[in-house]
Amino acid sequence: MSDLHPVFEALDAAFEAVVFEDSLGQVVARVPNDEWKKFALEIREAGFEVCVDVTAVDWMRQRPERFEIVANFLSMEHQLRLRMTTTTGREDPSVDSLCPLWPGANFAEREAFDMFGIRFDGHPDLTRILMPDDWEGHPLRKDFGVGSVPVQFKESHKVN
Amino acid sequence: MTDDRTAEKSSETPETVDLWVAGTEEPQFSPTDEGSQEITSDDTVAKLDEEFGRVVDDDYVFDDDIAEDERMIVNMGPQHPSTHGVLRLQIELEGEIIRRSKPIIGYLHTGMEKTAEQLTFSQGGTNVTRMDYLAPLHNELGYSLAVERLLGIEVPPRAEAMRVLLTELNRVSSHLVALATNGMDVGAISMMLYGFRERESILAFFEKTTGLRMNHNFIRPGGLAADLPPGWKDDVAAILEDIPARLAQYDDLLKDNPIWTSRTQGVGVISAEEAIAYAITGPPLRAAGVKWDLRKAFPYSGIEKYEFDVPVGTRGDVYDRYRVRVDEIHESLKIVEQVMDSMPKGDYRVDDRKVTPPPRARIDESMEALIHHFKLFTEGFKVPPGETYVAVESPRGELGFYLVSDGESKPYRMHTRAPSFVNLQALPIAMADSLMADTVATVASMDPVMGDVDR
Repeated sequence: MSDLHPVFEALDAAFEAVVFEDSLGQVVARVPNDEWKKFALEIREAGFEVCVDVTAVDWMRQRPERFEIVANFLSMEHQLRLRMTTTTGREDPSVDSLCPLWPGANFAEREAFDMFGIRFDGHPDLTRILMPDDWEGHPLRKDFGVGSVPVQFKESHKVN
Repeated sequence: MTDDRTAEKSSETPETVDLWVAGTEEPQFSPTDEGSQEITSDDTVAKLDEEFGRVVDDDYVFDDDIAEDERMIVNMGPQHPSTHGVLRLQIELEGEIIRRSKPIIGYLHTGMEKTAEQLTFSQGGTNVTRMDYLAPLHNELGYSLAVERLLGIEVPPRAEAMRVLLTELNRVSSHLVALATNGMDVGAISMMLYGFRERESILAFFEKTTGLRMNHNFIRPGGLAADLPPGWKDDVAAILEDIPARLAQYDDLLKDNPIWTSRTQGVGVISAEEAIAYAITGPPLRAAGVKWDLRKAFPYSGIEKYEFDVPVGTRGDVYDRYRVRVDEIHESLKIVEQVMDSMPKGDYRVDDRKVTPPPRARIDESMEALIHHFKLFTEGFKVPPGETYVAVESPRGELGFYLVSDGESKPYRMHTRAPSFVNLQALPIAMADSLMADTVATVASMDPVMGDVDR
C-alpha cells in the first residue's frame, strides 16, 4: 500500500508478516494469529491509546480460516484510526486477549466470545455477557439459525 | 458469680450500654454529666459555624478494619427505577461503602446484529434506529454513512445539511432527557418535568418532519426519506428561542444549588487516564478534561462547515458531566442555527437510480418506474463487497458501525460499537469506594440507554 502515514511505515517495517491494506480509505493491518498481542503492544507504543472495539466475523466456508477477529484502534495524538484483523480456525477458535493492554477491550471481547465462541486467552473474566449463562451455542455464527415463532392459525381452509 | 458472668459476656461480645432502659444500673456515661452545654466555650468562627450548623461535616466513618462477614452483596436491578432500564448492578458493600461492583447486562438483548443480517440494506434503518432509542437519528446516520461508503456514493449538500440539523436537534433532546433523569435520580423532581417538557417541543418537530416521535427511519442510505416540511424554519426558530431561556432556568435551579452540588461534586470520578484506558467516549470523556469530539477529529456529513466549540470539564465527576451536557446543548443549538440560515437548495436524495426509488408521481404514469420501485423495496440494492467502520459522535459517545458486505443486498455482518455498552465498563471504577447512595447519581451521569447496551 502506498503513501502510508509515517506511524504505520515504522510498524510495517518492523513486522514482516503483517500486511497493511487500504480498505475504502481506512488502514487495515492483517496480522497473523500468533503475532496478535506482540503487534498490539507495538501499536500501543506507537500512540494508539484507545481500543475502540473488538468484534468478529464468521466466514463459514467462504474462507479457509473460519473466523476473522477485528479490532479498531484510535490514536487521539495522531488523529488516526487503525483496524487490525486476524484469523482463527474452525476447531477451538482462539486468540490472545487485548485486555491486559487495554482494559477497555473487556466487554467487547466478552461479547465476541458470547456471540462467536472465540476464546480470548488471558482475559480476566471470559463469560457470557449478553446471552444467558446457560445458553447453548453462539448466536452470531452463521450456522446458528434465526429461529421462528410458531403461528397458531397457519393452515388455511382447503377449498376444493 | 455475677462478676464472672459479665466478664465472660464482655469477652464474647462488646458490652453495650443502653441508656434508655429504665431500671438499669447506673450508666457509665450520661449525656448531661458535663453540666450545661456551652456553645461559646470555643468561640472561634469555625467552631461557631459548626455549632450553628452552617458547616456540615461528613459524619460517615470510613472504617478500614471491617470484618469479612460485614461484607454484603446487593443486587440493584434489573427492575429498579434508577437504573435507566434493565441494568443490574452487583454491588459488594462494606457497611455503606461500595468496594466492588459489576454491571450485569443482557436483559434487553434482542439480537439486532443477527436481525440486521436478515434485512436488506434499505430495511436496515428500521433495525438500527431502535438501538439507542433516545438518539435514533444518530444510529440511522452512522448506518447510512457506512452503507454509503461501501456503495461509494456521496449525498447532495441539502441532504448533508438536513442530517446535521436533525442529528444536532436529536442531541439536544437526548441531553435533555439525560439532565431530566439525572435530576430525578438525585431528588430534583422538577428537573424531570422540565427536561421532558422541553424535549417535547423537539419531538413535535421530529413528528412533523419524519412522521414519528421516535424510531424515525428518516435518514436512509442515499439521503433522507422526505424533504423538510413547509414552515420548518419557524418551528426550528421557535426551538432556538425557547430552549436557551429554559436552560438559563435550569442553571438557576441546579448550577449553584447546594443540595445538587453536594450530591454531584466529587462523586463518581473518572480520571482522563481511566477514561482513555477504558475507551470511554462522549460526555464522560470530555468531563474528564479530554478535548475529543469525533465531529472535530473525523468530521462527517459536512459538519466541519459549522462553527462550534467542544466543552470540557476538569474533574470528571457527576457535576462536570452535567455541565458538559448543558454546554453541549448550547453548542448544538449554535450548529442548528447555522444550518437553518445556510440550508442549501437542491435534492435531498442522491441522484443514483440504483439506490434512490423513483419519485412518487412517476410511479403513476410509468410501468418501468413501478417495477423499479418494487424491485428496490423487495430485493433491495446490491452493495459491492467490502468492509468499513464508520463512527459518528452520538450523544453518548462514539457510535460505530462495522459493516461487511459480500456483494448481496443484505449485509454479511453488521456490528455496532455501542457507546453505552462500552461506557458501562467505567461504572465499577467510578463507583469504587463511594457511598451506596451515590450509585444512582453515577449511573445517571453515564446516561446509559439499555437498548444501546444490549442491542
